[in-house]
Amino acid sequence: MLEETTSEIPLDVETHAVEEKSILRFLTCGSVDDGKSTLIGRLLYDCQQIYDDTMESLSSESKTYGTTGTAVDLALLVDGLQAEREQGITIDVAYRYFSTPVRKFIVADTPGHEQYTRNMATGASRCDLAIILVDARKGVVTQTRRHSCIVHLLGIRHVVLAINKMDLVDYDQERFDEIVADYSEFAAKLGIEHIVPIPLSALEGANVSGKSERMPWFNGPTLLEHLQAVEVSPTNRHAGLRLPVQRVSRPNLDFRGYAGQIAAGTVRPGDEVVALPAGKTSTVKRIVTYDGDLQEASAGDCVTLTLADEIDISRGNVICAKEDRCQVSDQFAAEIVWMSEEPMLKGRPYVLRINQQTTLCQVSRLKHRVSVETMEHISGRQLELNEIGVCEMTLDKPIVFEPYMQNREFGGFILVDRLTNETVAAGMIRFALRRADNVHWQAVDISKQVRARQKLQKACCLWFTGLSGSGKSTVANLLEKRLFALNRHTYLLDGDNVRHGLNRDLGFNDIDRVENIRRVIEVSRLMVDAGLITLVSFISPFSAERRTARERFETGEFFEIFMDTPLEICEQRDQKGLYAKARRGEIANFTGISSAYEPPENPDLVLGGGQQSPEDLTETVLAYLQAQGVLETD
Amino acid sequence: MYLERHLKDLEAESIHIFREAAEQFERPVLMYSIGKDSSVLLRLALKAFYPGPIPFPLLHIDTTWKFREMIAFRDATAREHDLNLIVHTNQDGLAQGINPFSNGSAVHTDVMKTQALRQALEHYKFDAAIGGARRDEEKSRSKERIFSHRTVDHRWDPKKQRPELWQLYNGRLSPGETMRVFPMSNWTELDVWEYIRQEDIPIVPLYFAAERPIVERDGMMIMVDDDRIPLAPDETPKTLRVRFRTLGCYPLTAAIESPAANIAEIVDEIRAAKTSERQGRLIDKDQAGSMEKKKEEGYF
Repeated sequence: MLEETTSEIPLDVETHAVEEKSILRFLTCGSVDDGKSTLIGRLLYDCQQIYDDTMESLSSESKTYGTTGTAVDLALLVDGLQAEREQGITIDVAYRYFSTPVRKFIVADTPGHEQYTRNMATGASRCDLAIILVDARKGVVTQTRRHSCIVHLLGIRHVVLAINKMDLVDYDQERFDEIVADYSEFAAKLGIEHIVPIPLSALEGANVSGKSERMPWFNGPTLLEHLQAVEVSPTNRHAGLRLPVQRVSRPNLDFRGYAGQIAAGTVRPGDEVVALPAGKTSTVKRIVTYDGDLQEASAGDCVTLTLADEIDISRGNVICAKEDRCQVSDQFAAEIVWMSEEPMLKGRPYVLRINQQTTLCQVSRLKHRVSVETMEHISGRQLELNEIGVCEMTLDKPIVFEPYMQNREFGGFILVDRLTNETVAAGMIRFALRRADNVHWQAVDISKQVRARQKLQKACCLWFTGLSGSGKSTVANLLEKRLFALNRHTYLLDGDNVRHGLNRDLGFNDIDRVENIRRVIEVSRLMVDAGLITLVSFISPFSAERRTARERFETGEFFEIFMDTPLEICEQRDQKGLYAKARRGEIANFTGISSAYEPPENPDLVLGGGQQSPEDLTETVLAYLQAQGVLETD
Repeated sequence: MYLERHLKDLEAESIHIFREAAEQFERPVLMYSIGKDSSVLLRLALKAFYPGPIPFPLLHIDTTWKFREMIAFRDATAREHDLNLIVHTNQDGLAQGINPFSNGSAVHTDVMKTQALRQALEHYKFDAAIGGARRDEEKSRSKERIFSHRTVDHRWDPKKQRPELWQLYNGRLSPGETMRVFPMSNWTELDVWEYIRQEDIPIVPLYFAAERPIVERDGMMIMVDDDRIPLAPDETPKTLRVRFRTLGCYPLTAAIESPAANIAEIVDEIRAAKTSERQGRLIDKDQAGSMEKKKEEGYF
């Protein structure tokens, strides 16, 4: 049976009576072995958040899954999904709730296992405090350091070092002091500011909500006392106003309001504000809410502002105090936690979301990876699942932001894969980069159109994609000859040829393939700009890169032509003997064999390679170009 | 009316989520189930879009077995706030005569709720369904995201959830996929009641104790709401002073004996409660992990 703790829950209602009941969001880090689930179960139980019928089903489950013999296993209260109960591990972030008269607690319960860094980062992102569990018998271990690094990285300033299982080390003060000293040394190096160590036995409930009689030497607060009393302050009330606009409210012609949740600062009617990134200024007219207009609103409040002037503000813009503005930049350095099975690729476009702003971005440089055990720098070329790196980011348009350590809501961003729509990374902005290579596109008087007109044609890019041996180059070559005969000015960029010169420095791993394509896209853009009909014959296996290619051209200027030749036929042809080599394992990352080819979903033209002769296919392309008006003389 | 800080914070979080849903999706819908959580959800939506109207319709999945007082309350609420309310019933299920008495709770819930919801989402092409579910309701919900992804066939895959950081919600969908959005994820039952009290939100009178005709079955007190409930020859409804802690289909929702006749008394009762609110729901009890299974199949 559960042991009752010796004293009542110290609720301190007297001392807190003047204060409002607040919310504390905290994170628990540790593994099942550290007794994390038992600790949370104990907190819930002691605060009477566990109902009789829950206890009833818990008793029966304890017999099936429990690890505590005949006693009720409190850990089962928190190990939620059936799948993970059977495996005995926690596989995801779970949220728990309990409250006392002075505080409501939201607990982000995250697994401690190594491969779940992303879950910890997710759980930590909204927390103000972290409980780091240490098994008193084992002391500070690799996992403790790893958790502390992530906690620090995500900007949590308050740490409770919960030294658990004191019952198994005879409630020994020396052992406790030893672990505290050990941890403090490490934490000081990281720069964690507030550490409160507490000796516990979650199983017995010692120092959780009631003082333990077995540890009279400990004069600090119990865990619950500390959680109730800790001041986590920074709601950013005193900073300059930051209101990210979520939506523009226009219920009728006479009302135009900007709805959002204030991220920092305070606002009053009459305040001078500026809308970023555009930089137009105005004055706050009203603070509108369902419960009536307000004379003042501050960080955390959801409001709708109206302004004195009609200025163009849309979703994602930020209304700031005029004299205290956010930064605006399209390049910055950030820490990135990679959360996807697919590694991060330099140069690949991802969707970046920060507060209500969305833009495309690329990682232009991975400066170094970061060890989650020591925070030391490690060199690296790419980021894999659960790895952390410091990167330089380049955005398609400037965003409004602040350094993460100054303002979480304005410095934290996510990256989303454009094809799968998965959230693949979380990032924390450190600082904006001044563009050393701030080279603007030089406007020239002779335009693309003028150059094309001189050649009596329309410039465009014909992008052939398909497996090696699919016949891309053969058809592209025949097509160029036909176009040449028709007096068109052309150029053919062939994958193999480009690799002999411009891209000689690149290999065949995913990173180099992305860079290979990027260069080819840029070269073909210049060719189109020169007024040429540019034929590109590249395997280009990734749809993300082909999509990027399309986006780099104007509408009607880019045609994706898919050589849809079955792998078996390509392999049969094997003009260069490459498939045979790849099958023998002599070529790594060979498209179609050991590296994926992502077929186009919406190509402009599909050619059935293997069914028709190259000459017929060439005529098909010509007919298509005719129909598209590309061959009209301009 | 004075609102306590923790409720104000929860309210703000929910309003923020509502606005995100309105902006990120093309055809969102608010799932309105008439209960206390829906009443709070509706108030939060009204606040989120004030002074404008709620920019999407409300959807009620009507199994035809709801308490009569619920339906009356629903219609009065829709009139009062001039809501765009869609009521959908699974007509196939109705034609087959599916009902909780002869088919049991599992079949009834699957056909008249889960399948009905899918039908409505597909028929109206809604890409996001905003609901009042809370993480504290049930274990499997505690891991669910605020923006919770559903596959093309409406399944929830707990192992493939998108990481959800800060207040950044990723609502991007591929064709045919949908999202469930839960603005009240971080509320508890007590928060809901305290908010109803402090905001003075109207709720269905069934939540308040009154004398009602009751039959007892398997230890559950079932209210005789109409004459569709088959009574055994020796079974006579007794008049008892009861109230409901949650509301659903009347044959599947057990009453509790309670004297609480107003919100203040309910809040006191919840604070001292020793059983969870789901205790009165028959559909959760089929087997261990049963809610998890239902959710994977697309139950809201």
